[in-house]
Amino acid sequence: MSSALAQAFSMVFDPFTLLVMVLASLYGLFVGAVPGLSATMAVALLVPITFFMAPIPAIAAMVTATAMAIFSGDIPGCLLRIPGTPASAAYTDEAFAMTRKGLAEQALGAGLVFSAVGGLFGTAVLIVAAPALADFALNFSSFEYFWLVLLGLTCAVFITSDRPLKGLVTLLLGLLVACVGLGNPAGFPRFTFGNTEMTGGIGMIPMMIGMFAISEVIRFAVDTLPPAELVIDKVGSVLKGQWGLAKKYPVQILRGSILGTAVGALPGAGADIAAWMSYAMSKKFSKEPEKFGTGHVEGIVESGSANNSALAGAWIPALVFGIPGDSITAIVIGVLYMKNLNPGPTLFTTNPQNIYAVFMLFILANIIMIPLGILCIKVSKRILKVPRNVLMPLILMFCVVGAFAINNSLFDVGVMLVAGVVAYVLEENKFPIAPAILGVVLGGMLEENFITSMIKSDGNLMGFVSRPIAASLAVVTLLVWTWPLIRRALRIKPAL
Amino acid sequence: MKINDAVFGLLLLLLGGAILVVVQGYPKIPGQQVGPALFPGLIAVGLCVGGVLLMVRGWRDRAASAWLRFDDWVRSPRHLLACALVVASPVFYMLASEKLGFLITSTLTLAVLMWSLRVPTGRSVLIAVIATLVIHTAFYKLLRVPLPWGVLTPYAW
Repeated sequence: MSSALAQAFSMVFDPFTLLVMVLASLYGLFVGAVPGLSATMAVALLVPITFFMAPIPAIAAMVTATAMAIFSGDIPGCLLRIPGTPASAAYTDEAFAMTRKGLAEQALGAGLVFSAVGGLFGTAVLIVAAPALADFALNFSSFEYFWLVLLGLTCAVFITSDRPLKGLVTLLLGLLVACVGLGNPAGFPRFTFGNTEMTGGIGMIPMMIGMFAISEVIRFAVDTLPPAELVIDKVGSVLKGQWGLAKKYPVQILRGSILGTAVGALPGAGADIAAWMSYAMSKKFSKEPEKFGTGHVEGIVESGSANNSALAGAWIPALVFGIPGDSITAIVIGVLYMKNLNPGPTLFTTNPQNIYAVFMLFILANIIMIPLGILCIKVSKRILKVPRNVLMPLILMFCVVGAFAINNSLFDVGVMLVAGVVAYVLEENKFPIAPAILGVVLGGMLEENFITSMIKSDGNLMGFVSRPIAASLAVVTLLVWTWPLIRRALRIKPAL
Repeated sequence: MKINDAVFGLLLLLLGGAILVVVQGYPKIPGQQVGPALFPGLIAVGLCVGGVLLMVRGWRDRAASAWLRFDDWVRSPRHLLACALVVASPVFYMLASEKLGFLITSTLTLAVLMWSLRVPTGRSVLIAVIATLVIHTAFYKLLRVPLPWGVLTPYAW
């Protein structure tokens, strides 16, 4: 173990990796701070570049960029009342109300400091939970994996979305996309329409670039709202008074971090849902709930820790089972496969140095967030003035070249465009996108484990529940499916 | 662009039905009950069920939500043009990049897009040229992605 740790240490503290982290930080801070560019988009745009890097610097770039972007999404929320990323939307009104009261420093500082605290908490859970789970998962067979994947997809549809029917539909569309090509247990070309490009399946990376970046460019192009005005001239010292807040709200910080990590670990739900749930929880348990919405820092402290802890939480199922905890880790899993670092419990036994390196990257990213974040807040006025009508065309061209670069194929550019337009239309009509991503990423795994299990049990469906863990997972899955019906039968009021 | 759920439902039903027809032609694996048709078949059944449910829901809500309702931007020629150009740009790239080469295609696309988003013409062209050169250097020189030269092949650097 110690030699693996030393190896991990030397990989992380390699000058190139550190340089990548600094650049990725600045990039993440910028993308997060520009309204309309999300943390997921930051990762999707990074993929074509990380494609050409060694695994650890590639992971470093993605981990740092997302951590920074989730924090810096608070900045335009606080100064313009427009969340920079969806993860800041939960407390944008609160932060803006604080700015109105002359408390912009405190709001931004709380966002920064407690983002880092939440991120470190999530990392600690990742470090403890992931290897333990991996140990446990070593004994899993195709039956357990089948139910685990099904449970993950079920969570994405039923728990994390308030529209289960639409979530189910997008999930099925995602699974359908995963069916395209030769990559199925029978090796039979499905839905290829005789096109050779499609026999290899639909490229996951071009599709994600489309869904997360092109859709945003389209949204910008059709946005008829006038640009928002900055309300303050200068931001002072943001660290002042944060220690006092930490002493005043320790329970809130802990509760936000725990909830955030847990929500992050649930497939399909990421930082944005963690922030919404945590803000609601903070208000519910607060001693002064009447102050919420009037520029009260308590909710920002709690949900600010939650959204960053969710980032690390999402890596737990991603690394151990290959089941993404959110859209960001869905992209990360795609990259891990490209780097031959296939996620799964064996990754922990065969390549422990890579896992340790990931842990170290998380810790490092959350620590350098504080100084770089302060820097970003200092220049935020300039970032917010970046002309988006110049930026968006550049992003579009970058997407085109990035999608092309993965396989040097123009077909992938087409995939990207179609995915972008479809994602835009679906989102406009309140279809959640996260289940679709999970469907695409997990479709192959679901089918493979399903078919293998069917063959092993000779077509007998009882075989799927004859092992204790498989049976437990099956029960939980069925409970989630039938929960709305059970709840109606019991006439319990919804908890949320 | 808001579309009534029933329209989505109908489309999903058609998609599900089409898949069911297509997978009928997939081969059986000798000695196994499960072949390549099973998994997409199950998805198709799910799509059909979801489609029908959405159609029912959309029909019930038809008074409140129109079959198809466009947002404000459709009435603004400027936004309409910008949206059309965003979608057309990747298509233009796919059709033209091999012939014209990356440098020309990218400069043209960027300049036109920026102009449509109301960046002053001179600045659009200037930024388009600089950005194209930066992207070209990053991807062609540093990452060795074979971006096409097209008509500029004799002058390739």
